[in-house]
Amino acid sequence: MSILANKDTRVVVQGITGREGSFHSKLMLEYGTQVVAGMRPGKGGEWALDGKVPVFDSVEVAVDATGADTSMIIVPAFAVPDSILEAADAGIELIICLTEGVPIQDMMRVRAYLDFKNVKLIGPNCPGLLTPGETKIGFIPGNISMPGNVGVVSRSGTLTYEVLHALKESNMGSSTCVGIGGDPIKGLNFIDVLQLFEDDPQTDQVVMIGEIGGNDEEQAAAFINERMTKPVVSFIAGKTAPPGKRMGHAGAIVQGGMGTAEDKIKALTEAGVQVADHPEQIPSMLN
Amino acid sequence: MKLHEYISKELFASYGVPIPKGKVAATPKRARKIAEELGGRCIVKAQVLVGGRGKAGGIKLAKSAAEAGQFATEILAMQIKGLPVRKVLIDEAVDIETEIYLGITNDRAARQPVIMASAAGGVDIEEVAAKTPEKIIRAHVNPLIGLQAYQIRNLAVGIELDRAQWKAFQVVTQGLWDAYKNSDATLAEINPLVITKENELLAVDGKMLIDDNALFRHAKLEEKRDKDIEEQSEIEARENELTYIKLDGEIGCMVNGAGLAMATMDIIKLNGGEPANFLDIGGGADAKKVAAALRIILQDQNVKAVLFNIFGGITRGDEVAKGILVAMEEIQTDVPMIVRLAGTNAREGQALLADADMITAGTLAGAAKKAVAAARGESK
Repeated sequence: MSILANKDTRVVVQGITGREGSFHSKLMLEYGTQVVAGMRPGKGGEWALDGKVPVFDSVEVAVDATGADTSMIIVPAFAVPDSILEAADAGIELIICLTEGVPIQDMMRVRAYLDFKNVKLIGPNCPGLLTPGETKIGFIPGNISMPGNVGVVSRSGTLTYEVLHALKESNMGSSTCVGIGGDPIKGLNFIDVLQLFEDDPQTDQVVMIGEIGGNDEEQAAAFINERMTKPVVSFIAGKTAPPGKRMGHAGAIVQGGMGTAEDKIKALTEAGVQVADHPEQIPSMLN
Repeated sequence: MKLHEYISKELFASYGVPIPKGKVAATPKRARKIAEELGGRCIVKAQVLVGGRGKAGGIKLAKSAAEAGQFATEILAMQIKGLPVRKVLIDEAVDIETEIYLGITNDRAARQPVIMASAAGGVDIEEVAAKTPEKIIRAHVNPLIGLQAYQIRNLAVGIELDRAQWKAFQVVTQGLWDAYKNSDATLAEINPLVITKENELLAVDGKMLIDDNALFRHAKLEEKRDKDIEEQSEIEARENELTYIKLDGEIGCMVNGAGLAMATMDIIKLNGGEPANFLDIGGGADAKKVAAALRIILQDQNVKAVLFNIFGGITRGDEVAKGILVAMEEIQTDVPMIVRLAGTNAREGQALLADADMITAGTLAGAAKKAVAAARGESK
């Protein structure tokens, strides 16, 4: 078992004909992901990835023709709202949006609309999802993890790879790794994914990687305290970040004393979560 | 991106928000001319993108055009919190009866914009929020539906605004909302919104922050970017598609990924060092980007060592190593370089770099220790 996606997940890639889109779709196919369709308006009827994947003009047609249930979005930022809404209206169940730099007001409108739809969104500005040995949807390199019982959820990209890699070096694998993304307005948050891991029989313990900005980690701490039976180990990046500066991620900003690493670490520690001093320490804190 | 007071107010005015008569000047002569047009009595306000202008002497009430010219001379020669004053705003002086606060920002927890109003205007609103939160009235706006008239009435009632001002308040609040929404602002604020002795509402001060991710559809606002508030190195980094933030420490950092970059800074500190910067080199650390990043890091004279921490995912470690070697040939330096590569083909990459007299490390913790030691001159 895993959460959100497995070997049977059928993926349509919105933006498959782009440079990044085709590169990552190819790696996904090689990993074993069922990339069943591509979507690019105006290129319907063509084939992508050396003739392996049919391209459609709309997500709706792609879903009808291929039974795709999950969409990966890798299009320019300005086209993201349209792409997410199109996928949601076409009956896609899980949308994974990798694109960085989506305007925040666009995302607020999109999020408000998705509340009326039976769809899960991961991202935007995220590395995607990896269920080792089964499927990878997004950027997370397949070779840095292996199947196991550790659920991983993170707001970061390469920092997540760092943790997966450290786990693998210690001979520990992951049930599913979910990069929820670094944007202030996004789809699934820590709590949503923690709940999924709590309910997943394959997951015995969870690693949560947070960073400065917002109060998602504090909310996660309260959730862990009240609802989680499985142990959670955490790391929070940004202890040395100066206030008021945006540290690469639009969500990673400390303002008016809100969202500091200290506050988050305190909340998590009080909730019984072990917080690592640095990412390489995490494997030693797991069972 | 921060907008100056005069630009924010002009933008508010274009959406129907009443603002004082006034114009911006870059010279004392021009300031005096504007003051004459306003009838002499006026306010001279430094246009710098920091708080506390008034306390620093950057806002003065002039009784005559001559005095306005004199104040402009003084203020235009000032630096406020390290920033040069390049322009002054000359506004008509108004007789203030009451000061109100009105602001709109994004509430990320609620995933909606929130309008805040307070009868305790004219002061630092964060202080009001901390000490007397009940004095701030809030209204969340559904992003699909937009601001509704009843919400504005509720705000007016909440701050006990005289009914005679409700209509004007409606115009101001709607205008501020439209400015916020149409400019992709993350903050639009009027503080204070004054009620004059003549019972008129006027936006005396204004502030706006624009979502950097939305600037692609606001070319006219982007043109108004004030580069004074950024370090030269930060501008150079932006032009090279790098994210760089200068800090005060002695260990330069070059990392791929924002989260990992922050974690790298943290582990330097954990080992007794101080990071000199945040730098996210992004995906595919090629030679050109590495060279640009290294140049920017080494411009900082405080830097005593540079720590590279690159996680090869899709990018292979040996390719990154080659990029670093090419960049090192281009930039000759005695500053010790500590490289930690991880992930795909990391060993091959480390081997290439060890031959080139760079300090290599297998783990992040090891790299941080070596960087701290190198910065102290303990190893080479």
